[in-house]
Amino acid sequence: MGEIVKKKKNIRRYFIILLIVIITFVYMVPLLYVITTSFKSWSDVQQVPPTLTFKPSIAAYIRIFTSRVVYTKDNKPTQEEIEQMKWYERIVYEETGERIVRVGDLPKRYMNSVIIAVASTVLTIILGTIAAYGFSRFKIRGKDDLLFFILSTRMLPPVVVIIPIFLMFRYINMTDSHITLILLYTAFNVSFAVWVLKGFIDEIPIEYEEAAMVDGYTRFQAFRKIVLPQAVTGIAATAVFVFIFAWNEYAFALVLSRRVSQTVPAWLPYQMGVLGYDWAAAAAGTLVFLIPAMIFTIILRNHLVRGITFGAIRK
Amino acid sequence: MDKNSRKKKTVNVAYKSMKDTTLLRIFVLPVIILLIVMNVFPLFWSLVLSFSDYTAKSNTEWGENPEMIGAENYSEILRDPKMWNRFITTAKFVLLSVGFQMVLGFGLALLLHQVKFFGKGFLTTLLILPMTMSPVIVGIMWKLFYNPNYGMFNMLLGLGKIDWTTDPTFNLFGVVIADVWMWTPFVMLLSIAGLSAVPQYLYEAAEIDRASWWYKFTRITMPMVYPLLLVALIFRTMEAFKIFDVVMGITGRGTTAPQLLSMYLYNVGFVTWKTSYGSALGYIMLIMIIAITSIFIKYLNRARQ
Repeated sequence: MGEIVKKKKNIRRYFIILLIVIITFVYMVPLLYVITTSFKSWSDVQQVPPTLTFKPSIAAYIRIFTSRVVYTKDNKPTQEEIEQMKWYERIVYEETGERIVRVGDLPKRYMNSVIIAVASTVLTIILGTIAAYGFSRFKIRGKDDLLFFILSTRMLPPVVVIIPIFLMFRYINMTDSHITLILLYTAFNVSFAVWVLKGFIDEIPIEYEEAAMVDGYTRFQAFRKIVLPQAVTGIAATAVFVFIFAWNEYAFALVLSRRVSQTVPAWLPYQMGVLGYDWAAAAAGTLVFLIPAMIFTIILRNHLVRGITFGAIRK
Repeated sequence: MDKNSRKKKTVNVAYKSMKDTTLLRIFVLPVIILLIVMNVFPLFWSLVLSFSDYTAKSNTEWGENPEMIGAENYSEILRDPKMWNRFITTAKFVLLSVGFQMVLGFGLALLLHQVKFFGKGFLTTLLILPMTMSPVIVGIMWKLFYNPNYGMFNMLLGLGKIDWTTDPTFNLFGVVIADVWMWTPFVMLLSIAGLSAVPQYLYEAAEIDRASWWYKFTRITMPMVYPLLLVALIFRTMEAFKIFDVVMGITGRGTTAPQLLSMYLYNVGFVTWKTSYGSALGYIMLIMIIAITSIFIKYLNRARQ
């Protein structure tokens, strides 16, 4: 009797596991499609209907990073010239008959994304940590109201404030500057950082600092030498979150960056028109941009719940 | 701790309290100032603008020197017959998208919660990935995936040549599918957190009473998970209401794009440059979001009691 029940339970268990594996696979199909597309060669990618088997090629990745011109009929490279080509030049030539003329637009946009996301993350974390410490350790008049005010700014839909913010930055002539986006992302993420970091700092026993201060540390020394080292995991997790938010942001980047400070999310949709049917290059660009966020998500996976609920749920 | 040392500490803290207030100001004020400059001030400016006829682009019929025209923008928005269409499209999107996310996310969480096996963490991480991707880039991914010629979506599902990106009858659903794909993991994560917080002894007690599966689900699981599901619902509804990035990625802002409020707001504010009109629309959206969330929060507070 017990054997049968146990067996039944086991079958049920394997069935659920199988179901989860299948669902996960189905869930990954769009991503797998983009990954395979990015490795298709120029001729494979134009197959209708799309093929499932193909010879992998990295030409799409070279194309998305470069600007190219087509060799005209009477301007074909000689055999000798082909032999002297660098490996990436040859791959592109053999696939699409194009000549690489310069580095493309993506690397610069990518650098913009990196600069803006990193700078705003650093700024957000500095401001957020000290404010979170203040809210965690000091008696502040109307503390709850202030904290709620901070949270509510984050809940504000960007579409509502985007018009006056655009006017504000246009007034000081900064509609296309790195600093603009850094400040904006900092302002929109700092509320998140304060809430999550306050949760982390609340968990550190106040007795440590008190003991240190009795021993002659000043408040700031206690903060720097006692609290910061203990909060470092929390700070790192928050920083990764803030980085992902800044890295992914689109609406502000669309309105407040053009040539100089354009980030990848603002650039790529526009580029889709220019890329036309170079599907593989579009897929490659998408992936190149997604990879950092994916890596960070994997690093962050144990802190995700805490982050997405603004520190309300601690696991 | 004896009385003496406690006394000593109080003295110590009192002695340093002056410094503490200064430090407190240095620590907390920058954030408050930043938020006032970047959030509160624009919000009020937007309110003032919404009662004027200002346009951010010069040499237009709206004039260089804005005049205060009272609530005209608001009444114009509410009288616009196309506006109701946009409200309805937005509502449809929110209901479909959030509805599917809640059902699928919670269902997945129930499945994942029941079993422990090698590689579960890995699979969960894979499922979570879409959530932290850039929404606009997710839009582009799906645009590629949907393409009737080079994409695979129709092919894999055995559908004909449906164009999920430019055909106005289908592209709202195209956006819904992509949004559900992206945010189901969010609901799933919160549900898992809720499910694992249910104390095991409740189930054991029910087991002794030979309670049915359904009884356990409705009387133990649901009441315990309900508050967290509401939190997920609040977050998702707010986000879905203001959806912009994914739509821009999939359909762009052209005339065939789904007529969603946020898309219209962008077009009004930055394409036709009716700045004041856009501000008024922004305020209407803000009021709607506040109204919807406060209803939910009321339920949440009741559930917590």
